[in-house]
Amino acid sequence: MGDLYIWYAVALIALVTALLRFLPFAIFRGSHKTPKLIEKLSKVLPYAIMGMLVVYCLKDVDVTRVSGFLPALISCLVVAGLHIWKRNTLISIICGTVFYMLLVQLVF
Amino acid sequence: MMKKIINQAFIATIPVLTGYLVLGFGFGIVLKSNGYSTLLAFIMSLTIYAGSMQYVAVGLLTGGASLLTTALTTVMVNARHLFYGISMLDKYKDVGKRKAYLIFALTDETYSLVCSDNPKVPSEQRKDYYFWVSLFNHMYWVLGTVLGAVVGALVRFNTQGIDFALTALFVTVFIEQWLGTRKHTPALIGVGVSVICLLLFGRDKFLIPAMLVISLLLCLYKEEGKNG
Repeated sequence: MGDLYIWYAVALIALVTALLRFLPFAIFRGSHKTPKLIEKLSKVLPYAIMGMLVVYCLKDVDVTRVSGFLPALISCLVVAGLHIWKRNTLISIICGTVFYMLLVQLVF
Repeated sequence: MMKKIINQAFIATIPVLTGYLVLGFGFGIVLKSNGYSTLLAFIMSLTIYAGSMQYVAVGLLTGGASLLTTALTTVMVNARHLFYGISMLDKYKDVGKRKAYLIFALTDETYSLVCSDNPKVPSEQRKDYYFWVSLFNHMYWVLGTVLGAVVGALVRFNTQGIDFALTALFVTVFIEQWLGTRKHTPALIGVGVSVICLLLFGRDKFLIPAMLVISLLLCLYKEEGKNG
């Protein structure tokens, strides 16, 4: 694949990503007050979105093999456990990631 | 006064600093190991600035995916940003001339910081705070990427599994939100609907139906109790 293709593809991805980010603001630009329903949604959406993002990150996990899902499952529990215990995002992320890397590289 | 806001923004973004350095570093390494330049890594992180999409993009680029496939994949992977926009409409309403940048820079992690207000920041200075949080995060991401592309080529080590940092980051934000409220229904709806849609529609197609069902259920949702 040529060099030009890569730059076109990257520009396209950047453009589409930006469009998605700007779209809601463009749609509701006219209204002076955000509709009540949207206001309510905006308060509860963050909680639901984070749950969705966790599932999204785990979507490629292979549930048909033990070695396919066990590393991710254990590591998520380690991250969650560490975080409930220490409430330190830094520690939770680094320890969880290193733990996962060791599991997939050395154990499974 | 401005200095204080910049300080507060920096402190709030420290978790993202680690997450983005690790993830950006990983992305830089992956891109470089597939034969692409450091310049491309820099440009991608500066202009696309969407972590999971950039990882997906490496596969698209190496596979020579068509531009149509590339555009559609971007919509699928990044459609969740529509969500963020909806919940930031009010907050970003009167932020002035930096609004365009704030919207452009609204990543998962920036969103997770700005959607819950920092009680230490006075409301009239929120827009400066939002700006600095967004800018700091953007810089971390670009810096991590360039470091990964430069250093990753020198030091060779097995990076398999480094992308788990993204998962770990979301798990910590999820737990943090969970511990911060007594109303768990929205979080449970998010996880439950996503899992069901994943099973029904498959991993490449579940995100959009999941978002639609989540939005619908949350519209119908009535707040439990008054004490949060």
